[in-house]
Amino acid sequence: MATHHYNLSEQFEFTGKAKILSIVGIALGAIAIVYGFMSGAHERTFANLLLMAYYFACVCMSGAFFLAVQYVAQAGWSASILRVPQAMAKTLPIAVVILLAVIGAGLFTHNLYHHWADPELLVEGGPKYDKLIAGKSAFLNIPFFMSRQVIFLAIYSFFAVKLSQWSAQEDLVGGLNYYRKSFKNACIFLVIYGFTTPIFAFDTIMSLEAHWFSTMFGWYNFAAMWVSSLATIALIIILLRKAGYMSWVNNSHLHNLGQFIFGFSIFWTYVWFAQFLLIYYANMSEETVYFYKRFNNYEAWFYINLILNFLTPLLLLMDRDNKRSENILMVVCILVLCGHWVDYYQMIMPGIFEFGTKVIDGKPGSGFGIIEIGTALGFVGLFTFTVLSSLSKKPLIAKNHPFLQESLNHHL
Amino acid sequence: MSNIKYILGSFGDPDEMMHGIEKLQENNIKIHDVYTPMPIHGIEAKLGVKRSRLDIAAFFFGITGTLTMLTGVYLATVVDWPINIGGKTHFALPDFIPITFELTILFCAFGLVGSYYASTHLFPGRAPRVMDLRATNDRFIIAVDAKENTEHTKIDELLKGAGALEVKYNERKYISYE
Repeated sequence: MATHHYNLSEQFEFTGKAKILSIVGIALGAIAIVYGFMSGAHERTFANLLLMAYYFACVCMSGAFFLAVQYVAQAGWSASILRVPQAMAKTLPIAVVILLAVIGAGLFTHNLYHHWADPELLVEGGPKYDKLIAGKSAFLNIPFFMSRQVIFLAIYSFFAVKLSQWSAQEDLVGGLNYYRKSFKNACIFLVIYGFTTPIFAFDTIMSLEAHWFSTMFGWYNFAAMWVSSLATIALIIILLRKAGYMSWVNNSHLHNLGQFIFGFSIFWTYVWFAQFLLIYYANMSEETVYFYKRFNNYEAWFYINLILNFLTPLLLLMDRDNKRSENILMVVCILVLCGHWVDYYQMIMPGIFEFGTKVIDGKPGSGFGIIEIGTALGFVGLFTFTVLSSLSKKPLIAKNHPFLQESLNHHL
Repeated sequence: MSNIKYILGSFGDPDEMMHGIEKLQENNIKIHDVYTPMPIHGIEAKLGVKRSRLDIAAFFFGITGTLTMLTGVYLATVVDWPINIGGKTHFALPDFIPITFELTILFCAFGLVGSYYASTHLFPGRAPRVMDLRATNDRFIIAVDAKENTEHTKIDELLKGAGALEVKYNERKYISYE
């Protein structure tokens, strides 16, 4: 087998077009958010902020999940691409601060979570008394809700930052100590993550419609965040390669990432469908209300969601050669990332604007326009800026990773 | 005219066997096949083995399963016994996706096992096709068709030069039929 000579101290320089475009994105996002508040669509702007802040945090924390999975599986193939998920994991604290700010501001301005966060709902005999919400108030009350959010996100951030720090120290010191440490902590992290992400999804998204519940919802969100994170990792790697970096990444690495995206898109469809089928089959009115809103007032989005997140990866990534092709994989990654925006839109908007775009009592409904596109662009810019600046601080390869040679010679 | 059908070079080491393959290919001697007790990385590319068509077969077995189930469900719930279940239409597709999926997997799995047995002659009642019994144990075997490649002494030299522990001249293709 041929031996390769790569520049193991190669470092990414975050300058030029990427930097300008990401700053332009952030600026456009800020303008769109200000426009949203000025035009009086407070709820809609808050819904969009929640959507993108949640998306941002989920992609970053699934980057940490990717790292942990690679350590626990003792995977060799990924050793040379770990710096990309590490950069995403290191960005998690920023994403967490933004998400907590959005949730906190939404709660205290009564723009988000007003289905349960109003204390008058709990007053027995009062005009707004809601028996269902009162029964859930032991779990859904503001102090417990906020402390859950803070504790979960702090734990994820701690492990995310630590896993990438240890890898940076491994670069300097070498040896197996940091690998063993990462392995042990990755095991602990995965157990915590597995049990807490469903609760995190119940809190952040499902409680927007506090009367409704689905036990599949946590896994459904987990699948969405995991597959969108995989698509992000693959997209960053492909764009870095196109910019002339990471010459050691060959099409077998892309093949593995393509298999991951393919497999977990199917998994996403499986949980999405499992949730849908049980509700459809049982036909209980308190559960079908969820899909009733989405079918009647958000019908186009409902099908776009399935086309982008199921049919696109299924048809485009089934073929082996397509998984190995840089350009096809890039297109699929972009479509899947757009698809999961639609997916989150489907989860969040009908909970806040039950009647879609209709104006009810003079209050504007949801929609798709400057606020949606601008907020999305703003967060994409922010993500690009923070992740790429964190990526540029370390060499692009973990040169003392014990499985590095296996990864450099990876061949499928 | 000799009765030798196949020349087998028997190697004790996979790297030496890979070296032997290179040697034979350099001298334009066509290799019939190579038998190893374990998978060898990169050997398909070296021998120019065509990509397996098993995935195409899998697709068609799967599609057969899908169509069988959908037809069966349609015949049962619409043609034979139309029953109102929960107010849904008779052919309520979401209800039948899980079972259709299961039958797709089942047909695919059985079809692939069948194809595998058929292509390797492993189905019950048949003797397996083995050219050298030690290829299933500790030896790495390169088989050369002796009728096509007539320079037997040269092949012998090349194999031994590459590190073959022994070179066999078989008068029949599959010794396992004995």
